[in-house]
Amino acid sequence: MKLSEIIEKLNLKCLNEANLDADITNAYSSDLLSDVMGNARSGQLWITMQTHKNVTAIAALKDIPAIIIVRNGVPDDDMLEHAKEEDICILVSSEAAFPVCGKLYELIK
Amino acid sequence: MHYTFKIEQGNFTDAGQASSSVKRTMKQLGVRPENIKRTVVALFEAEINAVAHAYGGQIDVDIDGEKIVMVVADKGPGIPNIDLAMQEGYSTASPQVREMGYGAGMGLPNIKKNTDDLKIDTTVGVGTTVTMTVYLNN
Repeated sequence: MKLSEIIEKLNLKCLNEANLDADITNAYSSDLLSDVMGNARSGQLWITMQTHKNVTAIAALKDIPAIIIVRNGVPDDDMLEHAKEEDICILVSSEAAFPVCGKLYELIK
Repeated sequence: MHYTFKIEQGNFTDAGQASSSVKRTMKQLGVRPENIKRTVVALFEAEINAVAHAYGGQIDVDIDGEKIVMVVADKGPGIPNIDLAMQEGYSTASPQVREMGYGAGMGLPNIKKNTDDLKIDTTVGVGTTVTMTVYLNN
């Protein structure tokens, strides 16, 4: 499913528009950065509550096109700046990781 | 080709710049994507380890058509028990580092999994040198 459709259906706030036409077929949910580093795959959407610049550093290295920050987390300014430089879509959900994952799973499974 | 990067103690903000730069170079050289992925995972983890645990250090990267060799040398506390440090789940990271999402004890195992050769020279109270090699033709 196109990232833009996911944004609409999950009612996500978009803080940095990028990769809106990307076809998202899978996602990875984790707040442990080495877990994401070791196990996430390129093209996956990343669901997390981490909001610092290392998140975008890892997303850039792993070719992750978009990040959903859960529970209305606010990304640090340098994370947002870095997301702009690296063309990573930054999305925010008011919900916690569990409902976000459940709804996303239903959409793209 | 040779590249050198400095590591500053506790500077997580700039962590990943070495990996990012190496990734760009490898892409330009036309290295296979799997090998680029393995390399950046290992280098990023080694860089984070040094930022989180050591008092500063240096990364030296040599790349040729056959392999990439990455040497991350730090001045730091050293690793008292390497076998323990290699165990998944074991970590000595500070609470602040854990809050950032690190310290799950997956760094060194990730490095091991993603490199073809890994050598760790460490002296307690002096520092640690991690030498990682990824062969580019396999």
